[in-house]
Amino acid sequence: MFVRGLKRKCFDGEEDIEGTLAGIKAIPSYNLQRQSLLDMSLVKLQLCHMLVEPNLCRSVLIANTVRQIQEEMTQDGTWQMINTPSTGQASLDRLVSTDILCRSSRDQAEGKHVPAYGTFNKDFESDQAPDSSETMSTASSVQTPRNLQSNVWEMENPQENKGNFQKSLDQIFETLENKSPNSVEDLFSEVDNSYYDLDTMLTGMMSNTKMGHCDSLETFSSPTNTASNSNCKSDLNDLDHIVEILVES
Amino acid sequence: TLLLTLQVPVLRPMDLMVEATPRRVFANAHTYHINSISVNSDYETYMSADDLRINLWNFEITNQSFNIVDIKPANMEELTEVITAAEFHPHHCNTFVYSSSKGTIRLCDMRTAALCDRHAKFFEEPEDPSNRSFFSEIISSISDVKFSHSGRYIMTRDYLTVKVWDLNMENRPIETYQVHDYLRSKLCSLYENDCIFDKFECVWNGSDSVIMTGSYNNFFRMFDRNTKRDVTLEASRENSKPRAILKPRKVCVGGKRRKDEISVDSLDFSKKILHTAWHPSENIIAVAATNNLYIFQDKVN
Repeated sequence: MFVRGLKRKCFDGEEDIEGTLAGIKAIPSYNLQRQSLLDMSLVKLQLCHMLVEPNLCRSVLIANTVRQIQEEMTQDGTWQMINTPSTGQASLDRLVSTDILCRSSRDQAEGKHVPAYGTFNKDFESDQAPDSSETMSTASSVQTPRNLQSNVWEMENPQENKGNFQKSLDQIFETLENKSPNSVEDLFSEVDNSYYDLDTMLTGMMSNTKMGHCDSLETFSSPTNTASNSNCKSDLNDLDHIVEILVES
Repeated sequence: TLLLTLQVPVLRPMDLMVEATPRRVFANAHTYHINSISVNSDYETYMSADDLRINLWNFEITNQSFNIVDIKPANMEELTEVITAAEFHPHHCNTFVYSSSKGTIRLCDMRTAALCDRHAKFFEEPEDPSNRSFFSEIISSISDVKFSHSGRYIMTRDYLTVKVWDLNMENRPIETYQVHDYLRSKLCSLYENDCIFDKFECVWNGSDSVIMTGSYNNFFRMFDRNTKRDVTLEASRENSKPRAILKPRKVCVGGKRRKDEISVDSLDFSKKILHTAWHPSENIIAVAATNNLYIFQDKVN
């Protein structure tokens, strides 16, 4: 999923270096890793939501992880969202799952992960306290990870972020609690056909019991350790950007 | 129509067929998934625990139970912790413990109140700040809790370790055993493929001197509490014939891999041993490996 795209860009020394120039070694920034983890967790939560018999323990643990990331991001000041012009609060009324899952499966099919992380990475020059105004300057060109969140929570400020985020979590828990044979029908009555695309992703995820895709994220260190990577990173970002342009043309 | 032939019924010997039929059904008391049942030492009652509640039953009464623990918040939005396992004390029929997804254990006494929402003891180990990550809470979630046969200790299993607690010391376990610490650096992958949510059980041997729990790749681990020695064994047909002595296995954690070692990346995470059991007095163990049940015993000299 997201992590596969990530691995192609950032690798440790033992991996193949095909496709990149000069084998520059880079570890994904802490913020990038954290973002990726957040995205993965959100998708997991939605998938929990879809099951006929949701596993409450698993949902609670994932939700707590999401909250933890969100709290840390709020403290960091990195919890800043794009203002989307359109639907406003309306998207919260729909099932969160439909939106996120449709988007992620569509984007995966189009292979948009790599460029998304490329531009995303550029926004974070250092891991210490990224300037929040700079962070979203390339908002218009950022794709999957940002869109994921912007459509779920219409963000204006961190406080509202928290409220909206909590609301979508609440929706998940309420539906989990109220789940009954009838409500399952209701749940799926809103599903559009893009769910069927999900089957492949779902089966892929469920049966994927070998490790390997998350390797680049295993170097998940505390923020203080990643300062030294910033020089490497900006070089890598430039290179990546060039490579993307070359590949896409 | 005329009956043209008459057949006398013939008795044909067949293999014995075992068919399970429910003798009693205790229904409609749980809204959430049941994770534990535990028979009380009085042999008259037992408890069943789900994610948010624990109910006490009498074996003879199937249509009524007492709710003894309820951690469901009034507002489900505030839910951050669930019950993961529960067990009665082996000798004191009023005492039981339950564990949570936040790595805590509560010991309750049913004599204090009808609803045991206030624990008599609360066991929690302070977090190790050097090991902190976004996965800390998930891996601290306790998947199993077992009293020792003596009733003096409890053992808990979380994702990476087995811990032994003294009932008289609530602030930390007295022993911690690493089951597969080499997975600590792989937590993100294990989160991605959902293995991090696997619930392993743990068991005591009859004399409470050895503890056992399962792992991946059909491995299971035993820890001798007295000698502090541990062993990793494998339950699979490919690697052992009936009556052959199990060879200890070793996972290579980096650097040069020796001939018989297995590297972490070659472990099969679909082959997990979640359930094991130890005979209450003999050295005979049962190990469930996917859809196979293995029974092992001490080598007979």
